[in-house]
Amino acid sequence: MGRGRGVRLVVILILLLVAGGVLYTRPINLGLDLQGGIHIVLEAVETPELPLTEDAMNRALAVIDRRINALGVTEPVLQRLGDRRIIVELPGVEDQEQAVGVVGKTAVLEFKDPTGETVLTGADLAKAAVGRDHMGRPAVDVEFTAEGAKKFAAVTTKWVGQQMPILLDNKVISSPVIQTPITEGKGQITGSGFTTESASELVVLLRAGSLPLPLEVMEIRNVGPILGKESIDRSLRAGIIGIIGVLLFMFVYYRLPGGMANLALAIYVVLVLGELALIRATLTLPGIAGVILSIGMAVDANVIIFERIKEELAAGKRARAAVQAGFSRALRTVLDANITTLITALVLFNFGTGSIKGFAVTLSLGILTSMFTAIVVTRVLLDLVIDRDPVGFSRYLGVGEATK
Amino acid sequence: MIPFVEKRGLWFAISLIIIALGLVSFLIRGFNLGIDFTGGTILERGLPKSVSAKEVREVLAETGMDLSSAVIQPMGDGREVLIRAHALSTEEIRLIDSTLREAYGQAQVRRTEVVGPTIGEELVGQSMIAILLACLGVLAYVSVRFQPSQGVAAIIALIHDVLVTLSVFVVLGKEINGPFIAALLTVIGYSINDTIVVFDRIRENLQFSPSRKDLVRLVNESIHQTLTRTINTSTTTLIVVMALFLFGGTTIKDFTLALLVGLTAGTYSSIFIASPLWTAWRLQKDRDLAAA
Repeated sequence: MGRGRGVRLVVILILLLVAGGVLYTRPINLGLDLQGGIHIVLEAVETPELPLTEDAMNRALAVIDRRINALGVTEPVLQRLGDRRIIVELPGVEDQEQAVGVVGKTAVLEFKDPTGETVLTGADLAKAAVGRDHMGRPAVDVEFTAEGAKKFAAVTTKWVGQQMPILLDNKVISSPVIQTPITEGKGQITGSGFTTESASELVVLLRAGSLPLPLEVMEIRNVGPILGKESIDRSLRAGIIGIIGVLLFMFVYYRLPGGMANLALAIYVVLVLGELALIRATLTLPGIAGVILSIGMAVDANVIIFERIKEELAAGKRARAAVQAGFSRALRTVLDANITTLITALVLFNFGTGSIKGFAVTLSLGILTSMFTAIVVTRVLLDLVIDRDPVGFSRYLGVGEATK
Repeated sequence: MIPFVEKRGLWFAISLIIIALGLVSFLIRGFNLGIDFTGGTILERGLPKSVSAKEVREVLAETGMDLSSAVIQPMGDGREVLIRAHALSTEEIRLIDSTLREAYGQAQVRRTEVVGPTIGEELVGQSMIAILLACLGVLAYVSVRFQPSQGVAAIIALIHDVLVTLSVFVVLGKEINGPFIAALLTVIGYSINDTIVVFDRIRENLQFSPSRKDLVRLVNESIHQTLTRTINTSTTTLIVVMALFLFGGTTIKDFTLALLVGLTAGTYSSIFIASPLWTAWRLQKDRDLAAA
């Protein structure tokens, strides 16, 4: 019996150390509502010329990805949402107009002559694909529309030996040298530097510019840095006040066992935060509320168990037997009650969006972890107390002299 | 002993009155739906001095935009203003900001939210599905672990919690938005937890007295045996929610209010609604069987 408890104590200590270590090395991500930033939801608009395909969406994502990188935002988020939506999150960005302009505008592809004049646009490009040059190395094949072919012939004839920069959104993506006049509308961009990857990357960009998918802004949420800071400060303060309230209540009502439950609660908080850091969850404002709420609920299992132990003591059982019976009889109750709550949390996770999802994650983790701390941790701590003073235990629980 | 089961008519009536008040308010003025549901714009701006709604409205008249249907209200110490309007374009928002800046010297962006109307429609649908699925999941689990009739009673208790919370929000004219739905789902999760603990005790007591000779007494005793636990758990949970409500800042005030109301309703329903309702139902069934 003593040995099993020793093992459990060691496991708890190791878990605590791991959680602490994770928290120290990998701080929890803060959501945009807490650190400030802009959240944009875009929706692709279908046009008769351009049906909404998987390929078109991937090209749109590639274009936005490029633009975000150009902004120099740290840790941006770019996410597909369903068939036709894209979520962009830009932490720390304050200029909404700039952000919307950057991610929401339609891609522009231009071919320029050496004088900087735009000679062809994305509309002239019919096809772009990865191909092979005459030596079998990766290259990019391009094909123009009838209209484009005419323009391309004129340009390539005029500027043989010169470079022809290709720009996407005003940034050069390739700058091939015109080797011979190309009159039949089919060309190839070659270069010894091409790998299969870089060639297909260029193809994606060319096609993104040739068939740009129009994107419509569906939703913008922009939180200023000051409001975010206030939200963190206030909810943390509220959380601390709430936790102190719970600790006091438990200690006053359940005395020493209540104190043990409080210790288990402190361990619970460290573990939950460690788990959040570990799965790289993003903590949003509702997420913080979820954690704080779960603290209130975390003591529930202990309350159920303690009430059971009190009943067993009142029925005349000795301390050790009462604790044993109390835990085992309460276990079924705690499991049934928590599983039903978990069911609703899972529904929330699957049907909620954004911050509601975050709330569901913290709530689920909270339920699972609280079962562990309330059942395993509190048990070990209570057993330690009983070992020291088996007779005085019932008095500690506030049952008084109920022992016969 | 408090006659939880015997006086069930009274307990049901209390809830029905609150829900009826909510229904009347709803018929008179409808829901105050937030932009998450209707689509629209919320601008929260920090200004260097305290302002009134009227003043800001006059300043914004210079933009030439039609903001007659917009809601403008000062917040906090009056040095923050909240503007709620239809879905504005980025250009229109810039115009409002520059007009405010011109008038007050500064207009700090605290929060901007623009939601298109389609998103709102989807949210309504998704919320309904989420609540429905949560209820179905609970019904299935409780039916398996307990009795199907207890599953139904638990669901009625959950619907009660949702309706009471909704009613209080309608009567107070509070906004119903995305966070409100999250709060409702939390309440469902919490309330079912509460109800199960009582059902669990009924299940256990029935094992010792399977004849169901005096079901009313047995259920009443079960509720009493779990009462301290119900009250203590509600107290600890309400302590933290109350702390969030009082000190958590304006952003989550309505969210925590919904939790506060919902958790109270949930505690009430697990004591006064779920088990008494189930008992009444069982008694009726037994009577029907006897009559047949």
